Amino acid sequence: MLTAVLSLAMLGLILGLGLGYAAKVFAVEGNSLVTEVVEMMPGTNCGQCGLAGCTAAAEAVVGGDAPATICPGGGSTLAQAIAAKLGITLSLEGMEDKGPMVAEVAEEICIGCGKCLKHCATDAIMGAAKQIHVVLNEACTGCGGCMDDCPTGAIGLRPLPQTLRDWNWQKPALAA
Amino acid sequence: MNTSISSALPAVAASPHAQAQGSIGSVMRKVMLALAPATLCGFWFFGLPALSLWLVTVGAALAGEAACLRLMNKPVTSTLLDGSAVLTGWLLAMSLPPWAPWWIGVLGGLFSTVIGKQVFGGVGQNLFNPAMIARVALLVSFPVQMTAWVMPMTGAHAPGLLEALQVTFGSGAIPDAMSSASLLGQAKSELSRGVDLLHVFANGLPTSFSGERPGSMGETAVLLIAAGGVVLMLMRVITWHIPLAMLSAIAIPAAIAHGINPARYLDAGTHVLSGAAMLGAFFIATDYVSSPTSRAGQIVFGIGCGFLTWVIRTYGGYPEGVAFAVLLMNALTPAIDRLVKPRVYGRDFKGQPLVLKTGGK
Amino acid sequence: MGLLELLNGARWGVHPHDDHKRPAADVPLRVMPLPAKLCVPLLQHVGAPAKPVVAVGDRVLRGELIASAQGNVSAPVHAPSSGVVVAIGDVTAPHPSGLPFAAITIELDGKDEAIPLNEVTDPFSLEPAEVSQRIAEAGIVGLGGATFPSAPKAQLGRKMAVQTLVINGGECEPYLSSDDSIMRERADEVIDGVRILMHATGAAEALVGIEDNKPEAIVAMRKAAEPFASIKVRPVPARYPMGSDRQLVQVLTGKEVPSGARTASIGVLVNNVSTCAAIHRAVRMGEPLHRRIVTVNGGAVARPGNVLVPIGILIEDLLAFVGLKETPARLVMGGPMMGAALPHAKVPTVKGCGGILALTAAEITVEDPSPCIRCGSCVKACPMGLVPLEMVARINAGDYDGADKMALDDCLACGCCAYVCPSHIPLVQSFSHAKGEIWKRAQQRKRNEFTKGLAQARVERLEREARERAEAAAKRKAARAAQLAAEAAASTGSQETSA
Repeated sequence: MLTAVLSLAMLGLILGLGLGYAAKVFAVEGNSLVTEVVEMMPGTNCGQCGLAGCTAAAEAVVGGDAPATICPGGGSTLAQAIAAKLGITLSLEGMEDKGPMVAEVAEEICIGCGKCLKHCATDAIMGAAKQIHVVLNEACTGCGGCMDDCPTGAIGLRPLPQTLRDWNWQKPALAA
Repeated sequence: MNTSISSALPAVAASPHAQAQGSIGSVMRKVMLALAPATLCGFWFFGLPALSLWLVTVGAALAGEAACLRLMNKPVTSTLLDGSAVLTGWLLAMSLPPWAPWWIGVLGGLFSTVIGKQVFGGVGQNLFNPAMIARVALLVSFPVQMTAWVMPMTGAHAPGLLEALQVTFGSGAIPDAMSSASLLGQAKSELSRGVDLLHVFANGLPTSFSGERPGSMGETAVLLIAAGGVVLMLMRVITWHIPLAMLSAIAIPAAIAHGINPARYLDAGTHVLSGAAMLGAFFIATDYVSSPTSRAGQIVFGIGCGFLTWVIRTYGGYPEGVAFAVLLMNALTPAIDRLVKPRVYGRDFKGQPLVLKTGGK
Repeated sequence: MGLLELLNGARWGVHPHDDHKRPAADVPLRVMPLPAKLCVPLLQHVGAPAKPVVAVGDRVLRGELIASAQGNVSAPVHAPSSGVVVAIGDVTAPHPSGLPFAAITIELDGKDEAIPLNEVTDPFSLEPAEVSQRIAEAGIVGLGGATFPSAPKAQLGRKMAVQTLVINGGECEPYLSSDDSIMRERADEVIDGVRILMHATGAAEALVGIEDNKPEAIVAMRKAAEPFASIKVRPVPARYPMGSDRQLVQVLTGKEVPSGARTASIGVLVNNVSTCAAIHRAVRMGEPLHRRIVTVNGGAVARPGNVLVPIGILIEDLLAFVGLKETPARLVMGGPMMGAALPHAKVPTVKGCGGILALTAAEITVEDPSPCIRCGSCVKACPMGLVPLEMVARINAGDYDGADKMALDDCLACGCCAYVCPSHIPLVQSFSHAKGEIWKRAQQRKRNEFTKGLAQARVERLEREARERAEAAAKRKAARAAQLAAEAAASTGSQETSA
């Protein structure tokens, strides 16, 4: 009887000490999670999420106040990455995955007012006043901020054109 | 004519555009083929009761699988036709006492496919060998029926049709004249009574290569089982790794222990030829789903199965340990697969890229 | 090899019971008559696409440069015959996606006029750099299918001081025999190309590995190589994928290429036999790479065999030449194990295309996948020692990083695992998909960093502008204040003086 009690007590003590030690050694820095999520975000502070910049958005996501799908610019890729980082299950509903999007200026409607230029967080729109503007696909995050500024509605979002380089096989369906 | 090919091509497919012949069904059929001679031999030895028990067990295994598939709205016929449920029931029947009552077969068959397989998610998903799970469940629940062995009988002694049905579906009582203990069971009980093995088997061990000894169908026709295993290797269904490792790991400790104290320990030959050792080594432990996939892992697994079998037979409460040993090693399979991986080309065993030897040629 | 090999069977790879190489391999080489038009793609190699140097309407001659190399790893493109450039733009790529890529379309005039060739009688008197230069100008790329430009490869070999050239005559893919054909019919050209390549790289010996299912090629190559002690013809067992550079190097030299490294890092350079023949023609005769031998094979082909075709010929023209017995169920560029299924027949051939297969429905088994039964066949077949069944399980669960940790990167996409799988699991597609996803994520990260930098720059620019405006305003204010003060002082001064 006594042996059993003692050995169980010893076992508990050893395991408890081990857990305590592990908790100390492998402790995770307090808010590094927010920093990591900020790192993952586009960092353009475009404001399309409705929050004041990427840091605010990251805090909201980590704090659970916003879904992982908060960032329109990051798209589903970012949403999945954030969900994986935070260990939450992701619902992509309401987030149609059209792949990466870029802005496009309809040349026949653009009046060259230049309002979009001022708004673009990444300077992705080229063109001077009174000239038709073009979008640099490489620099555009597809946040759509410029669309709201265009007085003639000449800017729309379109999927980034598919090329041989970034074409990929579908994930094959396996038997259950 | 070219316009026709340009429009007729179906959706593109990924490479490779060729496939070796083979399917799950063909693998299962090959195993059944290898198992058939030993089974027929069992029917010959134990008569119609063995055949009816076999039928009942296989039927129950199929029924259990079908019911689960129906419940889960999965395709029933195609899955049943792949033969895995038949094989599970078959292997279970090979390990049962041939004159066991029908409900043993029914319970075992249902247990093997429902609890042993479908609960885990169906073919390919089960952690444990379904046949052995069922056998152990039966052995633990119904020890009397599961250890009621009979002597092989052929010709005039064999029961007729009515008698046979009486054995399987009737009261289940086996005439005393026919009942007998298996060799391992006899050794265990005599040892526990304090009689040493030299006295028990003073007239020589009742092992015989022809298989005329009490035991399950998988025990008696031991040579045919081994031959079937060799055929499986020749058909490249299994490799030598698990069977050889397992049989050596039974034989080597047995030989050492027997060499030290023959009065206490059975010899290596008896161990290898008795119980389910041969059936286990060639047909049970080699089950794809519940054994490791790499060659090295299979050797580790085989050694584990063999050694545990010997330990359980020698020191455990049960006379036979193959089922327990295989199940214990099944539980370790994921760990073995994780730890014993093949070395990747161009990398060391830890998975780091090989370091170039600078300077040397 | 030895007892262990005997017990284990082959350590890797598969051995298709029927390699379908014959009778196509035994038919004498045919020369394709010139078609009406050619679509010569600009990207037929690893690296940057070539840049057109001709315009629509230009007349070009055979061998004339029509697009020049861009950057270090690239290759120029030449006109395969004389004609007029009618278009420069998108055509369907020989790729399962059916996406377009840029090509120069030439309407041939049938005269097949050629530009004069710049011949060299003794290539061994040239500096190695000059040899590389001639290889580069001829637009030669690895013809085994990898299509890495040959000139930078030779230069790399020289830089790394490789000792051994491994000449790949493995041609392990079933159905294909274009390398076999060139070794049988043009062994002297191949061996001369090997010698030129040894001169260009400085390698001391060359090992020609030929699978033992090609005895005629072995005999021809042995005869051609006889005068040269440093070139050894080595038959190797016929086992797929023997023609993979890593496997062939290991079999021939016993050395293993570290993961992520090139064969040059262990002092070996691998070149295909067809590439060597092309190098011979380029360096000796100055002939650029504008045609090659293509195996046309498969159950749907009426007269299968090897055909010398101009590069850029449309598959439908080639199939019309060999004839079709029935409508193929699948068209494949390359071999059945690694080849690309084609969306339709109106796609051009490229330099790296060694075979076109028109396969019947019976040849391509399209069975639905069943669950994995963990039989381990894929593990035994994988030539790289990977565990395909575990990787595919991770990928199926969306755990791409997990698959990556299992050395997904080392997968050759050789198809052995999918070939042997009794459950018909599309393992290669799964791995290709996962590699693509991992690549896409890396691209997305890069893009993020780029846009982040842009945003940062913009913020700094706005701050600077605001600061400059503020400074300018402050300056103006100060100036005005000074002016006011001066005026005030002047007025008080005047008052004082006046007072």
